[in-house]
Amino acid sequence: MFPGSNCDRDVQTAARAVGYDADFIWHTDTSVDGFDCLALPGGFSYGDYLRTAAIARFSPVMEAVARYAALGRPVIGICNGFQVLLEAGLLPGAMLRNTSCKFVCKPQRVRVEVASARTPFTLKLRPGQVITLPIAHGEGNYYVDSETLEQLELGGQVVFRYCDESGELTAGSCPNGSLGNIAGICNKAGNVLGMMPHPERAAEDILGGADGRLLFDSVAQWVQGGGRIVG
Amino acid sequence: MVYVADIVVKLKKSILDPQGDAVRSALKSMGYDGVHDVRIGKRIEVRLEATCEDECMRLVDEMCAKLLSNTVVEDYDFSIREESGE
Repeated sequence: MFPGSNCDRDVQTAARAVGYDADFIWHTDTSVDGFDCLALPGGFSYGDYLRTAAIARFSPVMEAVARYAALGRPVIGICNGFQVLLEAGLLPGAMLRNTSCKFVCKPQRVRVEVASARTPFTLKLRPGQVITLPIAHGEGNYYVDSETLEQLELGGQVVFRYCDESGELTAGSCPNGSLGNIAGICNKAGNVLGMMPHPERAAEDILGGADGRLLFDSVAQWVQGGGRIVG
Repeated sequence: MVYVADIVVKLKKSILDPQGDAVRSALKSMGYDGVHDVRIGKRIEVRLEATCEDECMRLVDEMCAKLLSNTVVEDYDFSIREESGE
């Protein structure tokens, strides 16, 4: 958690909904020992001053997060948390302002682009599956140079894309101008996932949707299964 | 010695600037037909202590690369001057 994070309790509630406890790690902490999974929540860390996530990335806790990620343990960055992972270089690319110049806040369909075992967060999802998750961001226009984009595509690192109801990747279904309708990517190993949509805001029926719960169920299953990264 | 660094951070030329585009069309609608392009960036002023000009240049360059800009999508440029004793 960073000063200005505001989805931390939502993530905690979602983790509890799948039978896990979740505790908060403050940005000044230097250890993340004892956790089965780390989530960098959404919000407006450090008021988005300078650039989204620019300052959060230098928080003391981020060194511990990088070490944890390097061990192959599961890390998910949601919305502003995704932006932190990008700024920290744990995932490639950067976020630009939405092409509409508007903050978009709505339910959004996204298509699963990877095999279930590609990441700890997708075990309960299947390739091609269309799920609905809330989005809420002003700077979710994913950009990366063409060479890296090709590597992401070839390496199966594009995890989610914005799509329409039938799963088609139309320009109209992309809410922010992201390259290739990209909504979420993972690192090469697959243990670090960054995504703009908010699974924690759709983790129980009472929230208007439970598709996001599948991600939390997935990582819970992954941890129970011994938590090993599958090639 | 106290220096003042005047830093400009801009989106790379190859990157679409939606804010600049919105301002460009506003200017056009105001009748400024000759406006071809508008790009919006940030200007950052940093007052800092350094032993000499070279050290100041090095420090500011490092700050720009590490924090003040994101070199994936932005370019930066800066100039430095000694702070006058007014």
